[in-house]
Amino acid sequence: MSLKGKTAIVTGGSRGIGKAIAIKLAQQGANIVINDVVELEKMESAVTEVKAFGVDCEALKADVSNEEEVKDMVKTVIDKFGGIDILVNNAGITRDGLLVKMKESDWELVMDVNLKGVFNCTKGVIRSMMSKRSGCIVNISSVVGITGNPGQANYSASKAGIIGFTKSVAKEVGARNVRVNAVAPGFINTDMTDGLPEAVKEKFMENIPLGRYGDAEEVAEVVAFLCEDRSRYVTGQVITVDGGMAL
Amino acid sequence: MYFEKIVEIIRDQLGLEEDVKIEKETSLMKDLEVDSLDAVEVIMKIEDEFDIEIPDEDINTFKNLGDIADYVGNKKG
Repeated sequence: MSLKGKTAIVTGGSRGIGKAIAIKLAQQGANIVINDVVELEKMESAVTEVKAFGVDCEALKADVSNEEEVKDMVKTVIDKFGGIDILVNNAGITRDGLLVKMKESDWELVMDVNLKGVFNCTKGVIRSMMSKRSGCIVNISSVVGITGNPGQANYSASKAGIIGFTKSVAKEVGARNVRVNAVAPGFINTDMTDGLPEAVKEKFMENIPLGRYGDAEEVAEVVAFLCEDRSRYVTGQVITVDGGMAL
Repeated sequence: MYFEKIVEIIRDQLGLEEDVKIEKETSLMKDLEVDSLDAVEVIMKIEDEFDIEIPDEDINTFKNLGDIADYVGNKKG
């Protein structure tokens, strides 16, 4: 129970990797705020699973790309829980397509949610963390933010942007004992990857030394480590959880 | 009264002893040699204390602590 009494916000926490992270942090004793853009009833199953670990859990609907909604969410969390110890910026979307055919709106939407969302949420909590001289932020990037991927110019750019953001903010707030790290998952079995054509999946598999796709829980394990005191001397890092895909 | 409170905030935030002289002409960056992060934190504390928001473009006009006290006074009207 290494996170007992801590409060964590997990954006995009109602399903996929975000849900696995919320559950893993709850297992370690953290109270959880599950944020998502979907209606509250769609977050209920995640809330129920988190509460099974005996921690407090609240679902809050907010669009991370909207600064005002994020500010309201952060205020609600601070009022209810008294502060925020952990922020996991996980919310992300894809709008895949070859660049030559990519619409400006698909570029903007992905950048707004994936990158501006990280900016909004981090800015929203950083003041409180700096004042407390304690805090931990984990940004979910992607291995394609390091390697690139055809058909994902927008998504890859947003995930690469997260890496630059992570390192810059880590340098800014390290003196206030706030740590900022990124996790870059590879091919993880989720709803997001389920929809990919078999041929694309097979192509990915050829480049994974460990010879299998990852599970959301395996990403959550690394995120939990980065939130715990065990990683207290780690900041500004990007940890790939990809079965060796980016090697 | 704004100036006295601002001095209190600065002493607390920067851990300054009473013998460090702080006057209206004192500059945060030049005289107290605070770094940019400390300066931002002092401004954040002032914002919280007086329940105001100080935009970056206004912060850049402050030459000394007297300017900050006058600014807060004007905002609080």
